Amino acid sequence: MGQAYDNFKKEAESSGYNVNADVEFVEMLLENIDVNIERYGYGACPCRLASGEKEKDLDLICPCDYRDEDLDNYGACFCALYVTQDVLDGKKKLTSIPDRRLKELELKKNKKTQSNEDNVSSLNFEFPVWRCKVCGYLCSRPKPPNKCPICKVDAERFEQIL
Amino acid sequence: MKLEHVDGENKGNIVLFALSTCGWCKKTRMLIENLGVEYNYIYVDLTNGDEREEAVETLKQYNPDISFPTLVINDTDTIIGFEEDKIKAKLS
Repeated sequence: MGQAYDNFKKEAESSGYNVNADVEFVEMLLENIDVNIERYGYGACPCRLASGEKEKDLDLICPCDYRDEDLDNYGACFCALYVTQDVLDGKKKLTSIPDRRLKELELKKNKKTQSNEDNVSSLNFEFPVWRCKVCGYLCSRPKPPNKCPICKVDAERFEQIL
Repeated sequence: MKLEHVDGENKGNIVLFALSTCGWCKKTRMLIENLGVEYNYIYVDLTNGDEREEAVETLKQYNPDISFPTLVINDTDTIIGFEEDKIKAKLS
């Protein structure tokens, strides 16, 4: 007990994130992400309902696309696997939070249909610009990196923004 | 939709929509069991096909965000998330 927690914490802190101090709670979540890897072939968020189709669930693979905004707004991600320093310091109370996922997906869908072609850049970059949907890391190269160098998610979590 | 039953004191018709993998769902179940209240639950992530569809559609009527845990009391009161104080207030 504690080894999985320590490894996860070290990894998270190396990319500037804080982990919930409740070792037992975090290890339970980590075990259940492994359950989802066994079940679906990818580490779906243990606190959300995965469809079983990776394409549909990319946004909820841990760390999910909603982590950073939830940390900003509530001091924790939806599962409370990741928390902010304020929560660790006891300045902010850790509580269960609303799930923004379905509303965000709906919003994104509407945005896409509204301005489908508006997004074409007038800037003339030699390479397209890729954005990590999890942590916002940007890079300009022919293809996104295999792994985000900041938050370590896979290439398929990147979107082309320019 | 097959519900699992947990015995306890009858405080009305209590149904918990949960995921078997979720930390807040686990806390919610532990709270209800510590309160010793009779309830039914379904782990929606363990359902498939028609049963999954039925469970999601039913949950959606109470919680359009389809998030977990969602506790439904007597078909009328819905508590979304691990809201310890609200759950205690309703079930104590």
